[in-house]
Amino acid sequence: MVCEMETDQIEEMEVEVLSSMWPEDVGTEADKQFNVEKPAGDLDTLKEVEIKDKTTFADLKRLPELMNTTQQGSSQLTNLVKQWEYMQDNAARLLREELKNLNRQREEAEAKELKIIEEYKFESNEPENLPVLDETSDLFLKFRQKKRDALLDSKKIEIDEVFDTVAYWKQKALRLEKMLEASTERERRLIEKLNESLRTMESHQAPVEELTQSLKRAEGFLHFILQSAPIVMGHQDKDLRYLFIYNKYPSLREQDILGKTDVEIFKGSGVKESQDFKREVLEKGKASKREITFTTELFGSKTFLIYVEPVYNKAREKIGINYMGMEVTDQVVKRERMAKLREDNAVRKAMESELNKTIHITEETMRAKQMLATMSHEIRSPLSGVVGMAEILSTTRLDKEQRQLLNVMISSGDLVLQLINDILDLSKVESGVMRLEATKFRPREVVKHVLQTAAASLKKALTLEGRIADDVPIEVVGDVLRIRQILTNLISNAIKFTHEGKVGIKLQVISEPSFASHNALTADNEEQEQNGLTETSVWICCDVYDTGIGIPENALPCLFKKYMQASADHARKYGGTGLGLAICKQLVELMGGQLTVTSQVNEGSTFTFILPYKVATSDDYSDDQDEFSDMADHHSEPDDTTEGYFQFKPLLGSIYSNGGPVIGNNFLPHKVLVSSPIKLINGFVTEPSNNIGQSEMVQVENGSYMDESRHETSSDHCPESAHQYQNGNGRCLPKESESCSSSQASSEGVTLEMETELTVSSHREEEKAETDLKETSKPKILLVEDNKINIMVAKSMMKQLGHTMDIANNGVEAIKAVNHSSYDLVLMDVCMPVLDGLKATRLIRSYEESGNWNAAIEAGVDIKTMENEKIRVHSTNRLPIIAMTANTLAESSEECYANGMDSFISKPVTLQKLRECLQQYLH
Amino acid sequence: MNAGIAQLQMQFRDYTISLYQQGFLDDQFTELKKLQDDGSPDFVAEVLLLFFEDCVKLIGNMARALDKSTGTVDFSQVGASVHQLKGSSSSVGAKRVKGLCVTFKEYCEAQNYEGCVRCLQQVDIEYKTLKTKLQDMFNLEKQIVQAGGVVPQVDID
Repeated sequence: MVCEMETDQIEEMEVEVLSSMWPEDVGTEADKQFNVEKPAGDLDTLKEVEIKDKTTFADLKRLPELMNTTQQGSSQLTNLVKQWEYMQDNAARLLREELKNLNRQREEAEAKELKIIEEYKFESNEPENLPVLDETSDLFLKFRQKKRDALLDSKKIEIDEVFDTVAYWKQKALRLEKMLEASTERERRLIEKLNESLRTMESHQAPVEELTQSLKRAEGFLHFILQSAPIVMGHQDKDLRYLFIYNKYPSLREQDILGKTDVEIFKGSGVKESQDFKREVLEKGKASKREITFTTELFGSKTFLIYVEPVYNKAREKIGINYMGMEVTDQVVKRERMAKLREDNAVRKAMESELNKTIHITEETMRAKQMLATMSHEIRSPLSGVVGMAEILSTTRLDKEQRQLLNVMISSGDLVLQLINDILDLSKVESGVMRLEATKFRPREVVKHVLQTAAASLKKALTLEGRIADDVPIEVVGDVLRIRQILTNLISNAIKFTHEGKVGIKLQVISEPSFASHNALTADNEEQEQNGLTETSVWICCDVYDTGIGIPENALPCLFKKYMQASADHARKYGGTGLGLAICKQLVELMGGQLTVTSQVNEGSTFTFILPYKVATSDDYSDDQDEFSDMADHHSEPDDTTEGYFQFKPLLGSIYSNGGPVIGNNFLPHKVLVSSPIKLINGFVTEPSNNIGQSEMVQVENGSYMDESRHETSSDHCPESAHQYQNGNGRCLPKESESCSSSQASSEGVTLEMETELTVSSHREEEKAETDLKETSKPKILLVEDNKINIMVAKSMMKQLGHTMDIANNGVEAIKAVNHSSYDLVLMDVCMPVLDGLKATRLIRSYEESGNWNAAIEAGVDIKTMENEKIRVHSTNRLPIIAMTANTLAESSEECYANGMDSFISKPVTLQKLRECLQQYLH
Repeated sequence: MNAGIAQLQMQFRDYTISLYQQGFLDDQFTELKKLQDDGSPDFVAEVLLLFFEDCVKLIGNMARALDKSTGTVDFSQVGASVHQLKGSSSSVGAKRVKGLCVTFKEYCEAQNYEGCVRCLQQVDIEYKTLKTKLQDMFNLEKQIVQAGGVVPQVDID
């Protein structure tokens, strides 16, 4: 009984021990436990365990091996062995105790038997009565004895008969017989019990059943937990071949998996990756996790979170990996969806804020732009007052210092005005208010004027040149003011960023560029047909090139943006508003052209604009050419018509020392003083291409100088200085340019050849002769002016100068007067009712060129009488037309030149101005 | 007698200079004076007479053009008149009137009604002031001539 109690206790203990070990073992042993069909073979105990669930497969040969070689396996086995040994010891101890008990009992029994025998020997002599038992083994004998002892010991033989009678002995014998029987019976039962006990002992000898039970419990626990978990577990050897695998949904058979690698089993994306990952873990020897998406034919696209750990044997050598994978496809999808949502959200938010910013900026820009335009306008009004006053002030008598100060003031004011005009221009173009005008002009002349103007304010040792290809028409139709504006802008830009070398303009005719839409052209053609003019379109490509600092490539895209310069650094260094190029681009585009730029840092930049122009038919301008040649002959007019090359090279030092900042723009409305005419001439003189030219040039200079000095001595007022400037530049220089381009001249025939041969002095003589001729017949002067007081004053002045003049009150009257009689000089007011001076001049020029008044008639001027009149010879001469401008922006000198005027006098007209003008134009 | 003439001459000179200094006149007036010779002894007066007549006419035109009660304001009409006035005043050397005309023209171009009206009023005042001043000057001249003196050339510097 005691023994049984003990075994019970042990059993309970063991169960407890096992269950408490479970959590630790589950992790490491799970694979083995659950892939094993039967527990390892080399353990006796495990051999006897029978596990009937056959949901998994395992390589039974390998498993024991594995169990023996791996650490995890061996630790598990050690545990099992220890448990078993413990139980075995216990059982042995129990058995030994049992044996001890039995031995003691036997000894007691023997002792009793001996006693009985002695008694029996003493009391009876019937030992033969026990023959049956005598035959048995010693043990039995001993038992018999013992039993006998016991019987004897326990019971007293009571005999009723008289002692030592037969009956007594019989009775005694009978009773002894019974006792013996009882004793034998007891002995048999004892033996039975012993046998039984032995049997139970045997069964207790190995507690395998307990182990089996705990294993079953463990397995049940694992199964319970893993039953529906989407988990795959496996072990792979060093070559990544599966040794066993647990898979909740096995879709492959044992032989399909075991002994093969992932790559051999599956096909599709992710397989290779997982294999590589396993190999990596194996090589690094460090457990690691990774998420891998498989796309296989077998189970479609699924994402697994894979945990791989290396497996070592007892010698710490890697022998393979354990791997566990959990399917997380849904989670990954969810997570990705979440990430995408979050990303979308972030993007939307960013976009929203960006949009808000843009809206804000746009609003700001709009407001700023509007304010700028308003402000510009508001500023312009008083500023033009200031500049205008300053200009008037400059016509008064001032000392040298005052004049210099005033000139700075005027040029600064002019700059600001220019800037404001730029801004207004820009907003005009942007708002589509800007109108383009179509006027006839000579590209060569424009290029030359622009270069001349630039040269006038040049403060650097730069060569300015103009190259016009021969195929560029003499005259084209376009908005000359805008084109001049573009050219001036580009040139001044080029000069600004060029420190040495040259800056130039190149004109050439190109074929129609691809960007020009066909529609635009046909529309043009229709228009032309409607006008009844035989005009054709020509595309002229204009390059403005320099050898300046260049523009870095990354700055090119924002170059044409408003208020942008290549860099903040440039802005600091070179100043400027950053509006110029934006305006140029917009203007060019407005005229249907294209403005582009190519540049190389430190090499220079080339701005190219391509514009369409209309041209008169070739017949027309060949006529013109003759006309102009004639005209040049008679009037020694500047002949820009065919010149293909101009160059302006500054003589160093001269301009820096004196002219410098004071020298202004020839075409600006205000007059600028130039203190020394000869220097001015030097500054602008064209570089002769050969030695003959050189000598000529000196003469030219002298001649001019004489001319200027004569003016200076004859006058004691300041305002005339502007006219000296005018003379020196506007009149004298073009002649020089022509005479210098001798190669050109020689090809031009008699007219120009004569000029190259002439020195200026001879030129002057010729002029004098002309003047003499004129003096015999008084020069006829026409004043076109609508203001009575102005007329009165001018007339009085003319009278003082010894001239009379005819009066026309407006442009139409002027045209009629010009048609009616020949004049030597016309003084033309710009702003007049009916027909203004600019238009009238244009019409007169048109008449000079074409010999008819068609243009004037078209413009609505009623000239009936002329039709009958024969075209006079002098009509081929260019009539000098001098503008009288009020110095306002609307009556800019540029406009005067563009419209064919030869010079201008700023109002109010003074005696001195008039005198100079007459001296210059009446010879 | 001589002393009286000298005093008158002095007065005339001072007065003339003051007119220049106060900006009523500019060099153009000097130009006009230069044009006056024996052939046309009253040239300046004639021109000025014409000028003031012009002023009356043009200011009348502008006042009508700017009169809102007659309908819309005709700024182009005003502009044309201002231009005329500007040219005239410039020619005679009426500096202040001319300066006002410049501003007036800007307002007119900007179609600023209030500015135009203000300018018109100022021009009106200005030309009348000038007229009075010049009349004073001519009176002085006359007195000098009557006293047998010579109207001095006034050098403005």
